[in-house]
Formats: sequence, C-alpha cells, structure tokens
Amino acid sequence: MSYAMKAALLIAALGLSACNNPDRFGAGGAGGAGGAGGIDSQNLGGTNDPRSVAYFQQTLGDRVFFGNDQSTLSDEARQTLTGQAQWLQTNTDYALIVEGHADEQGTRQYNLALGARRASAAQNFLMSQGVSESRIRTVSYGKERPVEVCSTEDCYSRNRRAVTVLSVGAGS
Amino acid sequence: MTYQSPLGLLFAAILAVGGVFAVPVMAQNGPLRIEIKEGVIEPLPFAVPDFIAENGGAGTFARDIARVIASDLAGTGLFREIPASAHISGVSGFDAPVAYADWKAINTQALITGAVSASGDRIVVKFRLYDIFSGQQMGEGLQFAGTPQSWRRMAHKVADAVYSRITGEGGYFDSRVVYVAESGPKNERAKRLAVMDYDGANVQFLTDSRSIVLAPRFSPTGDRILYTSYQSGFPKIYLMDVASVQSRALGDQPGTMTFAPRFAPNGRTVVFSLEQGGNSDLYTVDTVSGALGRLTNAPSIETAPDYSPDGAQITFESDRSGTQQIYVMGAGGGEPRRISNGPGRYSTPVWSPRGDLIAFTKQHQGRFHIGVMRVDGSEERLLTSSFLDEGPTWSPNGRVIMFSRETAGASGQTSLYSVDITGRNLRPVPIQGAASDPSWSPLLP
Repeated sequence: MSYAMKAALLIAALGLSACNNPDRFGAGGAGGAGGAGGIDSQNLGGTNDPRSVAYFQQTLGDRVFFGNDQSTLSDEARQTLTGQAQWLQTNTDYALIVEGHADEQGTRQYNLALGARRASAAQNFLMSQGVSESRIRTVSYGKERPVEVCSTEDCYSRNRRAVTVLSVGAGS
Repeated sequence: MTYQSPLGLLFAAILAVGGVFAVPVMAQNGPLRIEIKEGVIEPLPFAVPDFIAENGGAGTFARDIARVIASDLAGTGLFREIPASAHISGVSGFDAPVAYADWKAINTQALITGAVSASGDRIVVKFRLYDIFSGQQMGEGLQFAGTPQSWRRMAHKVADAVYSRITGEGGYFDSRVVYVAESGPKNERAKRLAVMDYDGANVQFLTDSRSIVLAPRFSPTGDRILYTSYQSGFPKIYLMDVASVQSRALGDQPGTMTFAPRFAPNGRTVVFSLEQGGNSDLYTVDTVSGALGRLTNAPSIETAPDYSPDGAQITFESDRSGTQQIYVMGAGGGEPRRISNGPGRYSTPVWSPRGDLIAFTKQHQGRFHIGVMRVDGSEERLLTSSFLDEGPTWSPNGRVIMFSRETAGASGQTSLYSVDITGRNLRPVPIQGAASDPSWSPLLP
C-alpha cells in the first residue's frame, strides 16, 4: 500500500471518529444512524490488490451466513473465515470488529443475543486460526440493520450474517 | 368503589375476566373501529355534552375536554357515545336539574356533565356522573385544577373517575407511554426515544436519531426510563431522568453488551441481560451503589426479564430447551421452572400489574401473536395474529395491552396497537410516524 493511500485511510478514519463509532472501513451493513456511513471502496484500493481493504471485503469476502435461528459455522463460512485469518496475519495494521446480525423473524432482544452468538462464533474461529484476541471486538445489531429489506427467505438468508469490519489500530 | 348502583353492579359483573374467552382477532388495517367479537358485552351508552364554560376563557376547554372524555371511554370498547345530535335536552348549568326522562328516551345509561372556568394560568374542571335509569347521581361531584397546558390530563382524570365508578376497576387514561419513534427505510432506520400520552397525544422526543435506541422501560413511578443505546458504538444500558432528560450508563462492564433492562418494583434494582463471549445471562444492578449480581449461569440465551408486581419472582425467556420458552424463578435466581408449553416459540414475558397473568409474544407457523397466560402457564389465550407482533406492555390497571406491529416487505412499517385482554377492541394507537417498543407508565399522580 502506498504512503498516500495509507494517509488517505487515516484521514478517512479520523473523519469517522466523529460518528461516535469505532473507526472502521466500510459500513458492513450497519451504516446509517449509529453506524459509520459509507466509505467509497475506491478509496480502499482495488479488489485485485491483495493488501487492500477492498480485496478483503470483496475478493476474500467479509461476511459469513447462518441458518435460521442458528449460530454454527457452515463449511463455507469456515473457508471464508480461514481466508480472512490468513489475510489478517499478513496485514497486521488492522484491528477488526465482528458484527453479528439477525433477520427480522424474531423478537428484538432475542435477536440481539443471537447476533452476539454469531459474532462470537466468527471471532472464536478467527482466533483458532491465529488472529490475536486483542485485535477483535464484537458487536451485535440484532435485527436492527438488515442489508436486504424483503420479507422472504431469500433476503433473510443474507441478513443472518457476521461481518468482519476492519479498522485502524491493531490491538487498540 | 364503595358506591354501587345497579349500573355499577351490572357492569362489574360483565367486566370480571375469569372464564371469558375470546377468539383470536385477525389483523385489521382499515380505519379505527371497535370490534366486539362476542355478543355478551353490549357497550354501555353514555352522553357527555360539552362542559359549561363558566367564563370567557374556558370556551374551547369546555368543548375539548368533553371530547377527550368521550374518546377515552369509547376507546375502551366498553362504552358507546350517544352523539350530541341525538340529545333531546341540553345541560343549561352545572347545578341545573337533570332531565332524566329526556336522556332515558334516547337510551342514555350514563350522563357526564361538567363545567370549566379559566383564570390566568389556572383552569378548574368539575364534573358529575349520573346513572340515568336509576335516576340518581353516581358518586360525588369532583373537581380538578391545573394549568391550561394540562387540560388533556384533567380530561383523562375525569374519564378515569367515570371508568372507575362504573367498572369498579382502576382507570388508565391519565398515563403516558415511552416508545421508539422510527423513520427511514428498513435497512437504515433512525430511532429516537419518545414519550406520549397513552392516546398518542403530546409526543415529546427524548433523544435525537444519531444512535440506535431500543426498548425503553418506565420506572415504577414513571420518573426514570431505562433503555439500550448504541451511542458508544456498542449496545449498552442507560438510565434517563425524565424531568431533566439526562442519561447515564448503567451496569457497564468492559467488553460486554448489556440490554433488556427492567426495574424491580422497588424502583432501585434493575434486572438485565449481559452478554459476554456470545453468551447472554441475567444480572441485576443496584442503580444507587452500582453493585452487580448474577442471576443465571447457563450457555443458553437468557433475556427479556421482568419482575412480578411483589418483586419476589422474575419471568424471562430462555432457549435452554432448544427454542425460546418462558420461565419463572425467584428474584434472587435459582432453578427456574418453565411455564410455556404450547407449540412454537415464546418470548418477552411481562407480568400483569394485577399479578395474575403474564403477557408474551409467540411465534408459530410463521405468524406472531400477543397472548396471555396464567402465571403457572395455564389458560393460554392468543389475542392477536399478524406478520410480526411483539413486545407487549400492560396498562396500569392490567386491562389493556399495547404492543408493536410491523408489516412485511421492503416498505414494511411498524406501529403501536392496543388490545383488551379479552382479545376484543384491537386498534391502532394514533401516532404520527412509525413507532415500536412501547412501555406504559403507571397512572400519573
């Protein structure tokens, strides 16, 4: 990553801190009120640059999905998280927040607890792959921040997710 | 009430809840309407002519107060107003004799008369209630005084007194509801704490929309509000003083999420969920000393706790059996007993202020229901059915349940509804804008 790009990221991150939210890259589906707001991924390097945030988000995949009312990791989810863990071992400048989300089929408090379970499942797997616990925080959004808004399984399956959101400052 | 007229006795008998069963009421989307599902209850006809304006400044109050009283009573589904257009004789003065025969001729059973005087920063409202068919006044006349801004509260107090005298139960009209006002699309919804009169009037916003806020809960005296906010970036419990609108964090432990708080009846202890490492358990925190206590220690989700009115027990939901079910345990913890036993998932248990019932949310076969059951889990009755109903809260007299209803799809919106515990009288609460997570205050002093 070029010096100029790193500087741009830091400036963007400083701007974000005014949003009352942990400094982070990308909305992770939890943008808007209380979230960070969008950062255009063009600022984050191309998806072909293996050291870029965009590569992490889009090429490796920044999110894993869960079954209805489940928090166990599928084989596909483990594969995605393994790729994330390898990237994080190489790119040690970043800390991460794992966001847990639920679909709308459930009561509010239960979905908060379920989102926390999902975030924790992803966190534990990343740790098992060598990512230091001190780099990872978790947060649950319950059913408050769906990425898809239809009320069918097609949307629900994409809302039941844990999203790994990168931020500056490893071990902060 | 010590006074019992034939009217009061009849009505008290009708209102006794035991053994009254209602058919689940299906979703309504049309205009406001009162739905009486069973032929047993015939709403009681009443008249409330415009109050007498005793001086020049009282004119609009005299009319508006009578209208709010009529709206309160008719809104229960237990009363039916006889409109002014049908009245034969008017009320010429607060102390003028009542023309019983004229009111009887149009089948008025209860007549409410009143007067308002205004002077400076003070209005005085007085009323009398008449039982037309027995030809006598029912209870003594009463008078309330307050500022002109509190005219709706005085109307609610008159309606509460009328309701109490006729039903023999406590009223619930002079009360407020704290809730979450929502705006914006589903994937970027802005949420603010707001408080309103029980009937949707006098909305006041308590927070701005910068942070997601969830599930506010009134203290037992209505002076404070517990809620969950993302203002730190992570869900945490806050305690707001209603008068000053100042908040502080409560029970915060680093690296944890805290949510689902409720006051104990003592107004000092708060029970809540604390999540650590993906696991949620129940804790208490003393709002004065900050001391924490742990109530459950299980790998399952324990959340949505609520105290019994005597403070001795806690009901909550847990998925320790594999799905969400409702449990009851002692207020100090210990082995809980499961009380929900039907098919489906049960959640958000809330203890009735009378102590005899627990209201809950139930999910079954893709539908959500609000229901009630006895404290031992028996006599389960579902009161509503829709795409998504959740989060019941009790009226101060334990007679009515308010809850959130959300519609499906990309344009789905959430609004507040109320329903009688018999399952009758399902109706939307008229609020501007979307709303969720209601919590009903006690009766105001």
